[in-house]
Amino acid sequence: MSFVEYSDCIQDGDVAIVYLGHESMTPVKVKRGAQTQTRYGVIRHSTDLIGQRYGSKVTCSKGGWVYVLHPTPELWTVNLPHRTQILYTTDIATITMMLELKPGSVVCESEPQLLKLHIIVSVSPVFILPVCVCVSGTGSGSLSHAILRTIAPTGHLHTVEFHQQRSEKVLEEFKEHRVDHLVTVRNQDACKDGFGVTGVADAVFLDIPSPWEAVKHAKAAMKKHGGRVCSFSPCIEQVQKTCEAFSDQGFEEINSIEVLLRVHDVRTVYLPLPDFGPDPSVQIQPDSTITPPQNHASIAVKTTIPPRDVQGHTGYLTFATKPRT
Amino acid sequence: MADNVDDDSLYTIKEGDYVVLRRGDVFKAVQIQPKKKVIFEKQWFFLDNAVGQLYSTTFELASGGILQPRKPKDPESSTDTKGAGTDNRNIQDDGKSQKLTRDDIETLKEQGLKGQEIIQQLIDNSSTFKDKTEYAQDKYIKKKKKKYENIVTILKPSCRILAMMYHGREPGKICHLRYDTLAQMLTLANIHANSKVLVFETCAGLVLGSVMERMGGFGSVIQMYPGGGPVRAGVESFGFPAHFHDTLHEFPICHLNALIAGTLDTTAKDPSADLKESDMAAEVKTEAEVKTEAEQKGSPEEQSMETNSGADGSLVPKKEEEEEEKRREAKAQEKKVKQEEKRKKLAAAASLLEGRNADGLVIASRFNPCPVLMALLKFLSPSRPFVVYSQYKECLIECYTKLKEQGGTVNLKLTDYWLRHYQVLPNRTHPVLLMSGGGGYLLSGTTVAAERSKPAASRRDEEPAPKRQKVTETEG
Repeated sequence: MSFVEYSDCIQDGDVAIVYLGHESMTPVKVKRGAQTQTRYGVIRHSTDLIGQRYGSKVTCSKGGWVYVLHPTPELWTVNLPHRTQILYTTDIATITMMLELKPGSVVCESEPQLLKLHIIVSVSPVFILPVCVCVSGTGSGSLSHAILRTIAPTGHLHTVEFHQQRSEKVLEEFKEHRVDHLVTVRNQDACKDGFGVTGVADAVFLDIPSPWEAVKHAKAAMKKHGGRVCSFSPCIEQVQKTCEAFSDQGFEEINSIEVLLRVHDVRTVYLPLPDFGPDPSVQIQPDSTITPPQNHASIAVKTTIPPRDVQGHTGYLTFATKPRT
Repeated sequence: MADNVDDDSLYTIKEGDYVVLRRGDVFKAVQIQPKKKVIFEKQWFFLDNAVGQLYSTTFELASGGILQPRKPKDPESSTDTKGAGTDNRNIQDDGKSQKLTRDDIETLKEQGLKGQEIIQQLIDNSSTFKDKTEYAQDKYIKKKKKKYENIVTILKPSCRILAMMYHGREPGKICHLRYDTLAQMLTLANIHANSKVLVFETCAGLVLGSVMERMGGFGSVIQMYPGGGPVRAGVESFGFPAHFHDTLHEFPICHLNALIAGTLDTTAKDPSADLKESDMAAEVKTEAEVKTEAEQKGSPEEQSMETNSGADGSLVPKKEEEEEEKRREAKAQEKKVKQEEKRKKLAAAASLLEGRNADGLVIASRFNPCPVLMALLKFLSPSRPFVVYSQYKECLIECYTKLKEQGGTVNLKLTDYWLRHYQVLPNRTHPVLLMSGGGGYLLSGTTVAAERSKPAASRRDEEPAPKRQKVTETEG
């Protein structure tokens, strides 16, 4: 198991996702001899997990059952322990495509000063354009895992975390998820020292309170040939300042968008038919054994309904292209 | 690594490259071919001058259809505006404020005036320009630039650019798949290097190409295709290096039932076909050589025929017959070789599928997705993602319902995406007026171990049961 490559069977030391039911999952560290409590009973790792195929049904001690799934960055995003506000799959997917990430990309990532994790994914160029992505601020690692998955196997991620304990925690997680060979964690300040690299990034991702201050750092970190940059900001004022900074620094194709997820819950609804009284046009035969249709019938309709509450805003995504300098 | 970073060859436009032309928000994918006229945005030009330049260079269109690299922009000396007004209360919109006529402008164009200069002329000849507010002047200049600036940028293709191009230019060809929806598909299906992905699409190859880009030439992609042959024009536009195509396989769905039943025969019909193949190739060559030899012989023979008028009259038609037959044989051999290649490809794709251990499934087509999904899910390992795109929600509701009945999948989600662009300018920041009405729908989920019998506890995964309405019964 690793977050960047599939495997078939569960092994000791894996991180697996236990599926309990509709909208209910939990991550589990597989360990020989260990047990996990669920509301359906106990899962004994040695007998129930290790050696079983991912995707199998596991019967718990009380008789209930669960499924064990292979981890993916998307499953991780909805199951990871939150240490910060995270980026969700919808934004992550948009960022991945708009930054043109692919195997071999070098990325620099920067995030809020509170959550400093600079992920610099450096890649040894193999066949095509090496894509280097700079991400500042890993935070809880939601976006980082998705980036690692996309840039593997020829990428490398350098991550910088301002907060010491968080940087240690994140490195631990990368090791457990078997992606540590693709990433280096450093403990330093992004806003002061930039990304720590120059001229290697194909893409930069900024998720900090004052991204306009980091734009020149981003430019320095990027390859002279050019590249893509993205800034994620919840407030429109931040977006305005950032666009201005991009423009001043000579970035082109500056574009701000917003993407929102809309979920459609499939439901069968029963709509009762109204009773307008007996229908005078229907002639009832005296010998007829056919009774007129009951007026408490319902029509079953297969449709979708929106959830009651939805995420109406996460942040604005501003993309730009750095021209050749 | 530093050397590679400085190496410009990867960033230089070469002859034969697949590129994307851009002007403003309009894109077009073309191939760089010498002396070939290209039409783009109502302009004709040749791409010859682009060869040797760097990607993302902006060119100006000179007369005669020649491209010239644009000189770096002079900051702010572009247009000369002398002051502005405060509001539009006194500005009459009567269509008479521009003194230059269309003919005048044509004349200016013919005189070879650059776009920048034409715009300056328009400003100078507009009676209302100086009364417009600064913002209105800005807007006016932007509008004129869009119309009169003859520039084109040449870009290296990428999924992002091609997806935006297809969506803007020919959405019908890609089932109206909006580019952000495509982005979601690639992530939800966990497309990454070293996996085995099945793709069924009728989006001109855009979806297939995007999947291939995200796999970086590692792993394998099997395109399931309807009809006689896979449509892949979009894949060409990506300009992938040759080795990427080694990872791409195809399988015709007309053989799907046979494959599932285990009755698909991909063995060579002619037991010695494998051995013969290289001989055949050699034979084909030899046949061609014989052909040319015969043709060459033909002329002197004919000449001698003429001189020996009646003597060997019977030899002439015989020689022609022989040549005809040789040509027919050569063609038949070529056909055999092609068929053999096709058979081998089919066998290769079938063996990749037979294991029923694919890592991902992506469906995006004009076909009813339900039967396609039901059939292709069989080829996925357990605990693997799949994504189905449809322009229409109802089709996906049907898929969802069938999947729930059948079991074997979890985390089913029917989604669509809301995309909004923003204009960000000082004091003029607001969402853009025109917005995409819809980008299509996605159904995504994860496979799990298939049940042999219908599980009693399957209820857990269903949505909460709807409340039953209490109905009062009427009297009598």
